[in-house]
Amino acid sequence: MKLLIKNGRVVDPSQDLDDTRDVLIVEGKIAKIDASIPEAGAQVLQAVGRVIAPGFIDMHVHLREPGYEDKETIRTGCAAAAAGGFTSICCMPNTNPVNDSRAVTEYILARAREEGAVNVYAIGAITRGSQGDLLSEIGDLRAGGCVAISDDGKPVSNALIMRRALEYAGMWKMPVIDHCEDLNLAENGVMHEGYYSTVLGLKGIPGMSEDVMVQRNILIASATGQHVHIAHLSTAGAIAAVREAKRRGVHITCEVAPHHFALTDKDVSSYDTSTKMKPPLRSEEDRQALLAALKDGTVDCIATDHAPHTYDEKNVEYDYAPFGIVGLETAVSLSLDRLVHSGLISMTRLVGLLSTNPARILGLKGKGSLRIGSDADVTLLNPQRKITVDADRFRSKGRNTPFNGWKLKGAPAATIVAGKIVWQE
Amino acid sequence: MQLRSKHLIGIEPLTRDEIQLILDTADSFKEVSTREIKKVPTLRGKTIVTLFYEASTRTRTSFELAAKRLSADTVSISTTASSVQKGETLIDTVRNIESMAADCFIVRHSCSGAPLLLTRACRASIVNAGDGSHEHPTQALLDAMTIRERKGQIEGLRVAIIGDIRHSRVARSNIHLLTKMGAEVRVAGPGTLLPTGIGKLGATVTTDADEAITGADVVMMLRIQQERMDRSFFPSLREFAKLYGLNRERMKRASPDAIVMHPGPINRGVEIDHDLADFERSVILDQTANGVAVRMAVLYLISQAAAGAAGGAGTPTGGAH
Amino acid sequence: MKIKARIMDRKKIQRAIARIAQEILERNKSPEDLALVGIRTRGVPIAERIASGIESEEGLKVPIGTLDITMYRDDLSSSQERAEVHRTDIAFSVNDKDVILVDDVLFTGRTIRAAMDSLIDFGRPRTIQLAVLIDRGHRELPIRADYAGKVLPTSRKEVVQVQLEEIDGQDEVLIVEGEA
Repeated sequence: MKLLIKNGRVVDPSQDLDDTRDVLIVEGKIAKIDASIPEAGAQVLQAVGRVIAPGFIDMHVHLREPGYEDKETIRTGCAAAAAGGFTSICCMPNTNPVNDSRAVTEYILARAREEGAVNVYAIGAITRGSQGDLLSEIGDLRAGGCVAISDDGKPVSNALIMRRALEYAGMWKMPVIDHCEDLNLAENGVMHEGYYSTVLGLKGIPGMSEDVMVQRNILIASATGQHVHIAHLSTAGAIAAVREAKRRGVHITCEVAPHHFALTDKDVSSYDTSTKMKPPLRSEEDRQALLAALKDGTVDCIATDHAPHTYDEKNVEYDYAPFGIVGLETAVSLSLDRLVHSGLISMTRLVGLLSTNPARILGLKGKGSLRIGSDADVTLLNPQRKITVDADRFRSKGRNTPFNGWKLKGAPAATIVAGKIVWQE
Repeated sequence: MQLRSKHLIGIEPLTRDEIQLILDTADSFKEVSTREIKKVPTLRGKTIVTLFYEASTRTRTSFELAAKRLSADTVSISTTASSVQKGETLIDTVRNIESMAADCFIVRHSCSGAPLLLTRACRASIVNAGDGSHEHPTQALLDAMTIRERKGQIEGLRVAIIGDIRHSRVARSNIHLLTKMGAEVRVAGPGTLLPTGIGKLGATVTTDADEAITGADVVMMLRIQQERMDRSFFPSLREFAKLYGLNRERMKRASPDAIVMHPGPINRGVEIDHDLADFERSVILDQTANGVAVRMAVLYLISQAAAGAAGGAGTPTGGAH
Repeated sequence: MKIKARIMDRKKIQRAIARIAQEILERNKSPEDLALVGIRTRGVPIAERIASGIESEEGLKVPIGTLDITMYRDDLSSSQERAEVHRTDIAFSVNDKDVILVDDVLFTGRTIRAAMDSLIDFGRPRTIQLAVLIDRGHRELPIRADYAGKVLPTSRKEVVQVQLEEIDGQDEVLIVEGEA
């Protein structure tokens, strides 16, 4: 089984490469990268005008299975990932049952091997049932295949539990991913607190509810010397805190979701429930801070927080709608359009945000690189292709996107997992 | 002239001319309620449904009387938000009733944005009778009508709005309306009840009730909505009344012919001192009376806009002599 | 709009209104029970002129009311011209009065139908009579004028335009080309 990708622009920050090359894949591994490789019986994929990047990794996805198969299944979620240019995704533990045990982890990973078009990595719960008080069997979760722990959807409110989780997970160098939100400050808010929440009469979630938890986590990470990863960071205050902590050498990393750099609280004005997620769409100042941090390297990766819900669940009053939007099938186009074509960041930086860095943060062996011998997970991009987002054509079961109808420049062209083309434009 | 939309969701999207039209039309409709036969056939054959997901006596009664005085058929449905959450969705409820040929829904709901949601889900006209902390457009219109009657015009007046600004849809609609019509609006309340960015709506903001009232031509007191407060925003009603309640002493700071307004129902002894709610410059009962006229005007103009939106298939009447 | 013909000037209008006032007095034997109700907009000044005609003839002040028939129109859902509602002002009791409805032009009769419905909501007049400056025909309802300043045969497409000093700055009746 040989696949030869010809004449593409190879962008691989892990080996400082950005040049036109051929890439040869043999038996699911990267075999050779050269200016010109003879076809010699290989299946050929022409890539003129395409970017060849190490496979994209979305480290923040809700696959919903087991328990909420009406929203998404492992099969549909993986198909959405493939269509969105992702070769690997990490699934959050807020399923039913919660992934707080090795049995659930193994179930998810087995289902993914059977039905998933892309690689699936599991993230285990920090606490049993994500209830926030008793640690899960983190060692066993690790043995079952979990690459990180998180109670995502819920913050770890108790600082002592956070400390213990960091110290315990640190034994395996597993990052602890925290959804940073002080629930007291957030009250029962449904959107960002600011001018627009006041005009719309919707309850606000203040930026400081995120800031205080990020600050707390930085203090605990600093004191314990362990690795905290901030999920879906969304405020200027949190960015400033992370930037400063990194400068001091604290082991902290963070991700930003595309909707937070593409939209603001102003977009809630229609009361469209596809603008409702946590953290909420923030102010324009926050958005500008995120863009600056994507540029200067404070942000480590882009992750979608793909959160599918059914049409009926979202077709209700804003207050009653569940939080979350889908993101797998729009993230790459939004990133190319808003970050690369706008001139904010280079293609190399984008590949870092979507592949190299998440692989490094999670310690995923053989991922995030096109070095010889790496897993042959490759994302091909067509940076010039103009698309119109059409939610009706999503592979995901979720249609809850605020980007429906958006015209964007740049899209995935093909998704290759272990040397096999799993999706092509 | 007519309204551009067949829905009334808020004051924010209305133009100054549209507000003027509603107020002028309300002035004309007011006469109907003074007749012995308080009824005109204007909306004969129309079906108007009041759908109240939040308790309200006065607003619903006012809308129902308005609809009946225009000869529309009215149906009223009231239910509590909690029972609705268990059963049918709002959209399903409205679509079901709409299929029985309802022309207009008057909706009150505890969720901001619920009436707007309905405009996307059905064909009937939607009139917002108060949604969450968002808007209560007919209240602001009847307040404006009352102010105009008492003061001649709105432009140039100094209006103080005092109390729980954060949770008040009445405050938001009034700020939108009064600033559009050229009044100077000041809002005052405890820091915990002043929402972020309220100043950007065009009002000056203070925590000092005396400062806001000084020189005011209109003093509008808001109701303390205990049902909307799931956290403590101030230590006690006693302290609130002391700092923000309207009493004769505080009223002396206002302009000598200032009027006192309240959207009702009043928590006597809290927002307004016991003896002040009935005093000669309180226009609270005028507000209630004008409510019917304003709502008649709104229902008439909304129906007219809906007929226009439907294509106005009829022949030109050439003056209809 | 193209003017096709000038039908009445100031003098002719004055004379027509004076004659209407006279006929009203001739036909109603107890003038103290008379009341005039002008239909907005141009029926109102005509009613006022009739009242002053009666006053100079009989030395009697006849009460005058103003009627806005918009609330009583039957074409809310089909009318293309958007009707604004104005004030109705009838400050006297119409019970047992001989009420003279006054309008500028009588055409289809629908305005008069609405005006009668409206008037009856105010009480029970002894009689309702109709005075118009111009009767141009083309009735759609069984209604006729008791007093007409001028009976004017027209085609349906034509528009009869009455201009009055109080509203338009001059007295004139024109036939103009319709917009059809």
